[in-house]
Amino acid sequence: MTRRDETSPVGLPGERDPADPADPAVSDEEDPGARRRERVRKLTAAVLAVAVLVLVPVMLPNPTITSIGVFTLIFMTGATAWNGFNGYSGYVSLGHAAFYGTGAYAFAMLAKHVGLQPGYSLFALVPLAGLVAGVVAIPFGVVALRTRRHQFVIVTIAVFFVFQLLAYNLSWLGGSLGLFVSQPSWPGETFNDRYYYAALVVLVLTVALYVKMRNSRFGLQLCAIRDDEDRALSVGVHVGRVKLVAFVISAIPVGMVGAIYAYFVGQVLPQFAFDPLFDVAIAVMCFTGGMGTLTGPLIGALLLEPLQQYITLQFSASAIYLVVYGALFLLVILFLPRGLIPTTAQAWRARRSVTPEEPVELGAPPLAALRRRLVSGGGAR
Amino acid sequence: MRAVAQGLIDGVLTGGVYALMAAGLTLIFGVLDVINVAQAILVVVGAYLSYTLSIHLGLDLFLGLLVTMPAMFLFGAVMEWGLIRRLRGLHQGDFVVMAILASYAVATITEGVLDLVYGPNYVELQAPYVNRSYVLWGMHFPEIYVFGFLMALVLLSAFYAVLYRTRFGKMLRASVQNRTAARLIGINVDRVAFIVFGIGISICAAGGMIFGATNAFNANSGADLVSRLLTIIVLGGLGSIGGSLIAAILMIALQNLVAVVWSPIWSSAVFSIVLISVMVIRPNGLFGRIGARAQ
Repeated sequence: MTRRDETSPVGLPGERDPADPADPAVSDEEDPGARRRERVRKLTAAVLAVAVLVLVPVMLPNPTITSIGVFTLIFMTGATAWNGFNGYSGYVSLGHAAFYGTGAYAFAMLAKHVGLQPGYSLFALVPLAGLVAGVVAIPFGVVALRTRRHQFVIVTIAVFFVFQLLAYNLSWLGGSLGLFVSQPSWPGETFNDRYYYAALVVLVLTVALYVKMRNSRFGLQLCAIRDDEDRALSVGVHVGRVKLVAFVISAIPVGMVGAIYAYFVGQVLPQFAFDPLFDVAIAVMCFTGGMGTLTGPLIGALLLEPLQQYITLQFSASAIYLVVYGALFLLVILFLPRGLIPTTAQAWRARRSVTPEEPVELGAPPLAALRRRLVSGGGAR
Repeated sequence: MRAVAQGLIDGVLTGGVYALMAAGLTLIFGVLDVINVAQAILVVVGAYLSYTLSIHLGLDLFLGLLVTMPAMFLFGAVMEWGLIRRLRGLHQGDFVVMAILASYAVATITEGVLDLVYGPNYVELQAPYVNRSYVLWGMHFPEIYVFGFLMALVLLSAFYAVLYRTRFGKMLRASVQNRTAARLIGINVDRVAFIVFGIGISICAAGGMIFGATNAFNANSGADLVSRLLTIIVLGGLGSIGGSLIAAILMIALQNLVAVVWSPIWSSAVFSIVLISVMVIRPNGLFGRIGARAQ
């Protein structure tokens, strides 16, 4: 059991054989045509995926299915945003449920005081609730990001518990009775569809944001922090600012889906809005799919959230859900520490060409490529 | 004033028990670099085990520990062997985070299983001495607190004796100081880790029994306890047993003080706030080693 000492990263990041055909970055840079074809293929896949998601309520007009759909979209968004901070910066936050709850509470409070009639117009409050979550994330981030690694995980758990405690005990937030949101009188068969499409819009915007971010200078800086924070600092990345901005950005979509959740369910209770399981669920989804990839969290949420809803509907015992989720989490940590997407991608490439055995490393192969581009210039200055 | 003094007495007495639970946690961190988030729910498991023994077999709570402590030792040892050791292939930084997540997963599963087996209702351990107290200078000293404090002192002293007076303790301290060097001079670090994890968890059985006798608990009780234990070990300095004893007594006394002076609702916020402040201002705790392990 001496492996951990041998595998610790030594030397410059991204030391790989430049002639390695299995390395996506190399083939990208040498053949611009292949790169463009790749982009077209990815765009087509994305459009197709969105089209399928748009058609789900039309093809399956069943309230049970669309209700599962709403929750699945909520978690797909949450997982994408969580991964947008955790997967790229290497920090692991178990406190994002605080933003989900903040979004839900902010929405309920706004809906009560703004005086809009229940209906489509209330969806206009969703971005506002996201913004509130983002604002709340600033002090949270300032405090928590002073620490690293395991300390960061613990601080986020602790801050989350403070949020939960406040929600339980502040009388203007309704205490343990929570808050109500009056719901519009839409017909029962298509009631869920409105929330479904609202959540879908938030999801598409979130994914688009992170596609953009991943290919930007900012995304590179974030990945550099994940690979080696001290070295990133030494090459001139404003480490503190980058981390904080990424943290705050990732809180906003989580707050927005929290708001949609509040509107959809019609009641905000502290134990469901500030649920520590939210973080576990999202972490399991991201780890299952693959941290630091775009599709990983989406696939993870798409697989796991319907399963969770099914278990809830079938057994109505949250204890079973705890056991199933915890067990899944353990299996993923033990056998798929890099997640489904990177593992299958690597297996696929390995079938086509023999690649040398690499040490287990969290994060996806494309990021190793980004990382090298950063080191070879053009990234942070 | 009288209420404050009573709060302080209770704080010191229960603080000893908390120190015991935290000692397991801090020792596990010292040797394995694992922050075992599941420690709190395992305390609840210990409480439920004592509950089962006392309800079905009519076993005395303290006698029951002779059964529950070895059982929890086994649990911990299996957890180390089957889970933590499997993660050693990761980079050091990833390992630390993944180990937290793994123990979080264990905590989630355990909570679900407890809920399925025992149901959501709160239970409390019963024994003749649970509701009696000694009265001294007009102050109440609940017997269970006193017994718990004495037991914690005995177990912590035993801990110290093992650490500083035995060969195994020497091996253990060597592993804490420098894993690689310890391995180089022929210490079987994996075996040390295995035993330490077992001991750290078996202590949960003792702590859990007192916890269950002084609090009504259900499967959910771990959530509150985890932030308390984390606060204590962080304040005491990760890896320092003496530090966690002082921190535990300080924190529980402070909590009781807040409950008496202000409101019991906010007394659990004290923990989270102290935890966050210590993490941010003095990440190595009040009595911690300086910096992380040098390797």
